[in-house]
Amino acid sequence: MSKTYYDPADLRKFGNISDWNKELGDSFFEYYGKVFEEGALTAREKSLIALAVSHTEQCPYCIDAYTKDGLQRGITKEEMMEAVHVGAAIKSGATLVHGVQMMNKVNKLEM
Amino acid sequence: MSKKSLLARNNDLANTERQLEILSNGIFANGELPTFAKKIKETNQFPLRPKKLEILQINLGYMCNQVCAHCHVDAGPDRKEIMTTETMKQCLEVIEKTGAHTLDLTGGAPEMNPNFRWFVEEASKAGIKDFIVRSNLTIIRANKKYYDLPEFFKKYNVHVVSSMPHWTRGKTDKQRGNGVFDKSIKALQELNAVGYGMPDSNLKLDLVYNPSGAYLPGDQMALEQDFKKALKDDFNIEFNSLFAITNLPISRFLDYLIASENYEDYMFALVDAYNPAAVENVMCTNTISISWDGWLYDCDFNQMLNLKVNSKIKHISKYNEEVLQDRNIIINQHCYGCTAGAGSSCQGVVA
Repeated sequence: MSKTYYDPADLRKFGNISDWNKELGDSFFEYYGKVFEEGALTAREKSLIALAVSHTEQCPYCIDAYTKDGLQRGITKEEMMEAVHVGAAIKSGATLVHGVQMMNKVNKLEM
Repeated sequence: MSKKSLLARNNDLANTERQLEILSNGIFANGELPTFAKKIKETNQFPLRPKKLEILQINLGYMCNQVCAHCHVDAGPDRKEIMTTETMKQCLEVIEKTGAHTLDLTGGAPEMNPNFRWFVEEASKAGIKDFIVRSNLTIIRANKKYYDLPEFFKKYNVHVVSSMPHWTRGKTDKQRGNGVFDKSIKALQELNAVGYGMPDSNLKLDLVYNPSGAYLPGDQMALEQDFKKALKDDFNIEFNSLFAITNLPISRFLDYLIASENYEDYMFALVDAYNPAAVENVMCTNTISISWDGWLYDCDFNQMLNLKVNSKIKHISKYNEEVLQDRNIIINQHCYGCTAGAGSSCQGVVA
């Protein structure tokens, strides 16, 4: 057993989840593959969305995977950083917009 | 980035036996990853055999005006290995009788061989119609004596294949050296000016993309579209096709992989991306590689690992195509570089 929660080498073993439930595992990977195919959005655009979401989900495996995927597609580090800021802006916005709830509550409770 | 070759730095990896040792040890010795031979046996593609010979790839010397970080030749200004006219004459004798239709000139910077132009002229007389010159572009701007290379290429209808790792200055210069991007752009504009890569022109200008780091190239078509758009929008440059080539784990790129602790992950990535369909068309099946000193190899990469052809005929002076074509191609773990994904060769994707 590993002494840490995350091991970079585990990313390569992602496919192993099918070993203990082939049907669901296979369905997931089929779905996953389809999602990232060229569609109304380009595969490049999807890669940048995935990178931003990887950060908001704070998934180190996903960050490794989609940083590398971006480099493979010729995506520049400037583009990647902007994508991360989009994720960060939504995250912080999501926190701050709840400030309105706080304000509503204060206004309701205060005389 | 170092300005010297591994050889000049007395780097351990300048020794090809050391490279082969690394490629056979560790994850391949302990069975974590299958050797290339084992992998192609799964699909009954072992031993790998040549098909019809189409291309003679001649390395005119390891001297180069650039010292690229990933260079599998370990080329640079300090490399003095240059093909002599005597070896060129032996090549010309072979060109007269070969079944191959294409002469692919590489290096180093092939144009730096003092007899480069003479050799092209003589090969043309000997009947070669399809020339490829692997030009690093900056050579065209390196010295006045090279300024007219675009015109020379045009005269012999040379198909120019040039490296260009990215359409941005930062990524290009990081891989190939400071100032390379601007010089390359200027050289591409000059090639365009004489008709290279232009719509309706038969002068072919292709670009080679290889990743600037420990990752595999993405989809060749998508990269080509991005390159075309960016080079057109930013610099009004046109070109024909983009070849996305995987970096093979040898020489300077191997040194980088080990030093940056990316070697194992990179080998896993190559093996994961293994595509048996790509094995069918790897370049060693239709090419013979000839070194500056006349030795024969299955490909340029085997040349750099000093793995001469497995045949009684090992040197251009004894060339016999029939005997040579009846051989098993020498493989090792670096071959995974040509079979990853859509496959990779000097001519672009293969599957």
